[in-house]
Parts: sequence; structure tokens; C-alpha cells
Amino acid sequence: MEHYLSLFVRSVFIENMALSFFLGMCSFIAISKKVETAIGLGIAVVVVQLITVPANNLAYTYLLREGALAWAGLPDVDLSFLGLLTYIGVIAAIVQILEMLLDKYVPSLYNALGIFLPLITVNCVIMAGSLFMVERDYNFGESVVYGLGSGFSWALAIALLAGIREKLKYSDVPEGLQGLGITFITIGLMSLGFMSFSGIQL
Amino acid sequence: MSKHTAKEVLLNPVFANNPIGLQILGICSALAVTSNLKTALVMSIALTLVTGFSNLFIAAIRAQIPGSIRMIVQMVIIASLVIVVDQVLRAFAYSLAKQLSVFVGLIITNCIVMGRAEAFAMQNPPWISFLDGIGNGLGYSAMLITLGVFRELFGAGKLMGIEILPLAKDGGWYVPNGMLLLPPSAFFLIGLIIWALRTWRVEQKEKPAFRMANQVVDKEAY
Repeated sequence: MEHYLSLFVRSVFIENMALSFFLGMCSFIAISKKVETAIGLGIAVVVVQLITVPANNLAYTYLLREGALAWAGLPDVDLSFLGLLTYIGVIAAIVQILEMLLDKYVPSLYNALGIFLPLITVNCVIMAGSLFMVERDYNFGESVVYGLGSGFSWALAIALLAGIREKLKYSDVPEGLQGLGITFITIGLMSLGFMSFSGIQL
Repeated sequence: MSKHTAKEVLLNPVFANNPIGLQILGICSALAVTSNLKTALVMSIALTLVTGFSNLFIAAIRAQIPGSIRMIVQMVIIASLVIVVDQVLRAFAYSLAKQLSVFVGLIITNCIVMGRAEAFAMQNPPWISFLDGIGNGLGYSAMLITLGVFRELFGAGKLMGIEILPLAKDGGWYVPNGMLLLPPSAFFLIGLIIWALRTWRVEQKEKPAFRMANQVVDKEAY
């Protein structure tokens, strides 16, 4: 239990997806103008991440890894080079299914998340979650925790940034720095703040 | 749309319409590799090739792709190209591939590749699309290499692992700024580069959401 807890804390604060790995920057900057929409997208990312990372973990363990096809009588097959194609396929399929399920059974949530869901397929955070999971050899339990943690780390970062940007629009920013420039500097400062977590040993 | 000239599509994205500076595309996967020049260079080459060839192939079959599944077709083409790049890197530059870790794979979800495929290659013939892909790749590379040079030179006193500024701790004179090797500096540098770019190209400036009114001093109040 303690192991999982420390994995969660590490993936949220120390290895924050947005602020220390620069992942999901496109939507991070584009959709952080308002706190409400930012939180909506954040929740969508957490949900999708929580499903796709374990799903890709299963795909990796039982289909792709060297010797993974032993259950089908093919112990010498190594399909790990197909990894990238598989992960993105799994992610696209899951997002599509999730969208249809939500539309059918939870229309209120679908309306709230609607526009963000398709965007998530090409969000680097989701893909990176799966790739990090493979690279670090997480088992199934760890991959569930890691999916939750990394999704939450991104959601936290985008909600914080949106809060700052809402206040920031009343400030007098130099002309050339207006918009994108000042946003980057803000993210830099936030990232600097999150650096202070990196001293924590877990 | 047929009046794009080769020079225009190749050079425009580098300064006038830089994919990172103006379109906010593709920053996602790449900043983490700019802490030294070598990885930045490899990443730039990989992305430029992938963008160029994905544009070429998508433009070549653009008439055959049904509109409703075009995303999936684009995704498969891009993913296959990235797998080729990844395997080549693993075969010929294994330590570099380890250093780049997941970021080569993340080229798939890089918005530049997808964005150019969708915005340019779907409407234009193959050759000009190929050049457009290379041009956008170069725009991205320009940004990445600038960052890489800056961060490695002033953060570690080296370029490509070769010492340029002798470090104080080895008897030289340069005291390195270690913060440049950490993630926040990449954000600051990009912010400053965008500032410089927009001061030079005034038409790229964004309008502020609010304009501060001049401060009114009421003499009576004193």
C-alpha cells in the first residue's frame, strides 16, 4: 500500500507531467483561459488516463512483450516494435468508446466534456503515460496508480494555470509579451515552484 | 491553393509563421530534450523527416481517403513513420535513443505533424506538401536548436559535449548557470524568444484582453 501511495505522490508532484516533462503543452496553453473549462478538460484527462494506461499495460504484457505470446503457443515472438502503433490505436479506440458510452448513458457529463474528449486522443499526456509505463516496467497495479497520478498531475497544473491567467488578464503586460509570451513565463515560474518538490525522497 | 511556391512554403515557417512561436504547436514532446544540443539536434532531424514524409504520403493518397476516417489514416501513416525512426535510432545510436526515451514515440502525438497533414497535405499535391512538411520541421528545429545551444552553452559550458567555456571548478573562468539545465528555464527562454520575435515582426502581436485606463489623479483628494 505504501509503495502505491508513494508512486502516486511522486507522479503528481515530483514528476508532474506538464511542469517537469512539458507534456500536453498545446492544450495546456490553449484551454487554460478559464478555470471552468480547464477543470473540465482536467477531469477528462484523468478519466481517460486512468483507463488507457492499464489497458496498454495489459496489451503490452499479454501481446507485445518478448515472449508475451507464449499463451498462444508462440514463445519466440517479440512484437514490441509495434508498440507505438498499438498504444495510439488503443487510446483512439477507448476515447471513441468512452464518448459513445457517455453520450448514451450520462448525457449531462457528455455535454460538459463533449468538446474535450476528441482532443484528448492527440494529447501527449495520454500517450506519454503509456510510454512511461512501458519504459519503467510497471505491473498492472502500479499502472493503475500511475495512470491516476499522472492524469491528476496534469489536471492540477492546468487548473492552477487557468486560475493565474484569469487574474493575469487585468495586469499591464508589455506589448510583445502579451498572450503567449507571458503565459510561458508564468508556466516557467510555476515549474520553478514545483521544482521544490524534487528534493522529496520517497 | 495552388499558388504556393517552393521557397515560400520552405522558408515562411522558419520566421514569419514559426510553428512554435506563433501557432503554439508541437511544444509538447520536445522541450525536455533541449537541455543539450545533441539530443535537440537528433529530435529536430527526426521530426523534420517525419513531418516531410507524412505530408508526402498523405498528399499522395489524399484523393482516396474518405473524410470520415481521415484521422485514423493519418495516424497510422504517422505512427508507422515514427516506428521506422525509432528502430533506426535504436539500431545505430542506442545510447542517444535511451536518452530521448519516450520523446521519439511522442512525435506521433506532436501537433505539428498532425496539423500540417490536416491543414496542408489534404489539399495540396505531394511535392509541395513534402516541402511544406520540411519547412515546418525546420521552423521547429530552429527553435529547438536555439534553445539547445543556449541551455547547454550557458548551463554546462559545453556544446555537443565539447568544452567551449572552461568551467571555474576545473580551473577556468566560467561559472555555469545550473538552472538552465532544469525544466523551468526552457519555459522562460521560449517566452523571451517569442517576445523578441514579436518585437521584430510586429504583426504577430496579440491584442490584450483589457486595456488599462490611464490613472486619474484627483487633486481634491490630497
